[in-house]
Amino acid sequence: MAKKILIADDEPNIVISLEFLMQRNGFEVKTAGDGEAALRLVTEFRPDLILLDIMLPLKSGYEVCQKIRENPDVSGMKVVMITAKGRDIEVAKGLALGADAYITKPFSTQDLLDKVKSLLSGAA
Amino acid sequence: MTPKAKFAAVWAVLLAAILAVLACVLVLVVQAIPEAERARVVASVEDPFGLGLLVFLALFALTGLVARALVRSQIEPLRRLIEGARIQLSANPSHRVELAGSAENQEVGRIVNAFAERYETLQRDVEARIHEANAGLEEERNRLAALMSELTQSVLVCNVEGRILLYNQRARQLLSGGAEGKNGSTLSGLVGLGRSVFGVIDRNLVVHALENVRYRIDQGDARPLANFVATSPNGTLIRAQMVPVFGQEREISGFVLTVEDIKRSVEMEGQRDDLLQSLTQGTRASLATIRAAVENMLAFPEMDADRRSQFTHIISDEAGKLSGLLDQKEAEYARAVKGQSRLEPMLGSDLISAVQRSVESRLDMHTNTEEVAELLWLNVDSYTLVQAITYLATRLREEIRIRDLRFRLRSEGRLAHLDLIWSGGFLSVDTILAFENDPFTAGGFASPLTLNDVVARHGGEAFYQFDRPRMTSCFRLLLPRAEAEQAWAGPTPLASRPEYYDFDLFHQPGQSHELDDRLLSDLTYTVFDSETTGLEPSAGDEIIQIGAVRILNGRLLQQEAFDHFINPRRPMSKESIKITGITPEMLATHPTADQVLPAFHRFCEDTVLVAHNAAFDMRFLQLKEASTGVRFTQPVLDTLLLSAVLHEDLQSHQLEAIAERLGINVIGRHTALGDAIVTGEAFLKMIPLLAEKGVLTLKHARDAAEKTFYARVKY
Repeated sequence: MAKKILIADDEPNIVISLEFLMQRNGFEVKTAGDGEAALRLVTEFRPDLILLDIMLPLKSGYEVCQKIRENPDVSGMKVVMITAKGRDIEVAKGLALGADAYITKPFSTQDLLDKVKSLLSGAA
Repeated sequence: MTPKAKFAAVWAVLLAAILAVLACVLVLVVQAIPEAERARVVASVEDPFGLGLLVFLALFALTGLVARALVRSQIEPLRRLIEGARIQLSANPSHRVELAGSAENQEVGRIVNAFAERYETLQRDVEARIHEANAGLEEERNRLAALMSELTQSVLVCNVEGRILLYNQRARQLLSGGAEGKNGSTLSGLVGLGRSVFGVIDRNLVVHALENVRYRIDQGDARPLANFVATSPNGTLIRAQMVPVFGQEREISGFVLTVEDIKRSVEMEGQRDDLLQSLTQGTRASLATIRAAVENMLAFPEMDADRRSQFTHIISDEAGKLSGLLDQKEAEYARAVKGQSRLEPMLGSDLISAVQRSVESRLDMHTNTEEVAELLWLNVDSYTLVQAITYLATRLREEIRIRDLRFRLRSEGRLAHLDLIWSGGFLSVDTILAFENDPFTAGGFASPLTLNDVVARHGGEAFYQFDRPRMTSCFRLLLPRAEAEQAWAGPTPLASRPEYYDFDLFHQPGQSHELDDRLLSDLTYTVFDSETTGLEPSAGDEIIQIGAVRILNGRLLQQEAFDHFINPRRPMSKESIKITGITPEMLATHPTADQVLPAFHRFCEDTVLVAHNAAFDMRFLQLKEASTGVRFTQPVLDTLLLSAVLHEDLQSHQLEAIAERLGINVIGRHTALGDAIVTGEAFLKMIPLLAEKGVLTLKHARDAAEKTFYARVKY
């Protein structure tokens, strides 16, 4: 069965590219434009991995990540934080809140893909 | 023994002696009479008791008169002689004793005066020597004080207990909040010799910094210093650097604080930080989107045309956003830079020379001056103004090939005309608009500012004129002139120098001891005087002026005076207007007691209050306690009572009389500050006189004053 990925970002332009990229690599993809939609899809869609932007409307990426980690039903879910905030301090915070990886914009799509694949194969 | 007791004693001795002699004579006479006759003789005295009483009364009156004459002619002049000699000895060698009483008394007086004369001459000689010896030291101290006052940093030197030993005017300005009153005294925040630095900078910060310095010394740090950021009493953000001062045995005996105002720079830094943050974040987000789209297109070349066109649109869209972001952030930066510059007075001719140097060094251009007004001061941000004019010259050189440029500076009322003049080269309206509104990017400049920005920043205007008959062009900048006074004072009005240091404070113990047992010569005092609307505080009379100076280590600190008028919000008595020369109209614009008294309370914190006839002034202050919320609980000394302690036989203890006795020049009486200064000088002279009478500590002084007070009341 294809692995499922949730893309949570409020920038439609990048969502289109990421969705296309992940689909082409054989993943099942859903997208969310804000923090609350992302949390809803976490329980409904049950993705194996979430690409999570930090600056989301309604609920920030940090908050979404914390809620995921508080929920034992989705304990195996991988969280990759994607953000334009590139300072060490934000990286540290993201990882401390339970993210599995932290990727700073702009990034190489190949690197992202490698990271996603390695996280998912590790989980399997 | 009091004069009365002495008089009584002389009288009693005289009376007893005469009575004794009389009794002896009587006994001898009675014994001389043969025994047989005695009874008859005694019986012949009609009323022996009446006679005895008569004789006694006559003797009593007579000896009283004699005793009084004796005391007046012998003892009283002698006592006055003693008082006078004592004043000569310990306070005022110029004082001369009064020649009165018997010839012998007068002779003693003359001799005492002659001694005083010699003593005075000798003392003057010694003083002259000491003065000479001190002159060198004083000069060095003055040089230090001068150096400090010229520094653009604020500097405070404190002992380990945080008492200020030395400060410069800058530090006072930066750390003393609120508006300055007369003589530089303020209504809040106090920087002054001997005052605690903790009054203006948080104690914890200073203590922590001192610990850091100690730690660094222990670690063998060659430059043991500590930095910290604090808030001044008026809310300014300050950065302070602490450097230790070492004593003779390498122990820390104090510290130097250099303080700077960083509110502006912190705000600027914050603004710049925010700008940089939002710029990088926006750039990262757009670049990520572009990159993802491009990489998808590269990785999947077989994608259909719709997909391809979608990605192409994304790229174009994000590239557009990126450009918009850069424009927006640049504009924000320009606004931030504009707010940054500060206007400072500059001599117009200096500005012109600076412009000439700048133009000639950058451009292949010849400059000249036509007319430059002398002593014309401008308030300018010289860097941007020179940059703006140089930029203008660059455009003229590059676009209309001007090779000769002339400058003219003229004064027109409150404005200055700064003209750039050249021959021919008429400018069209469009060209002028471009000159005025383009950012300085030509000729090696890279600034977001425009000529209009710079001119507006100076509160000026710029325009172009063409003189057709003479075929000359003139570009004129209208700039406001700086007030001459303001200009002469320079960017930092720094007043007088000394009195700002007192190194003896290094050795002064903290004031935590019970003040009562401290020596009078060691205490810190606030000497004050107040003027009032009238003499009856209970009938609603109010204080209209308070003047005060502090005494520290036996020195009157005139430059740290407190001098404020108070609006009494009630009419004044005619006598008061006459004595003080203050009219109600003069007071209308001044603060009221509930503003001034709390400030005065802070001024005299940790000191002993001294006033002449202090009870009067204290009564006014106490009646105001309820409405102002400040209570004056400090110990109080009264120079009137102390004078009575010193010279119990002298009748007048008025301030003028005391001042004259102690050889003090009286200036500016009946202003609160003038009287406070006279009182303070008198008090300083009294301290050694009191010591001779065994009045050494504050407690002694209060007890002695209390005693005379009751003595005077009884009298």
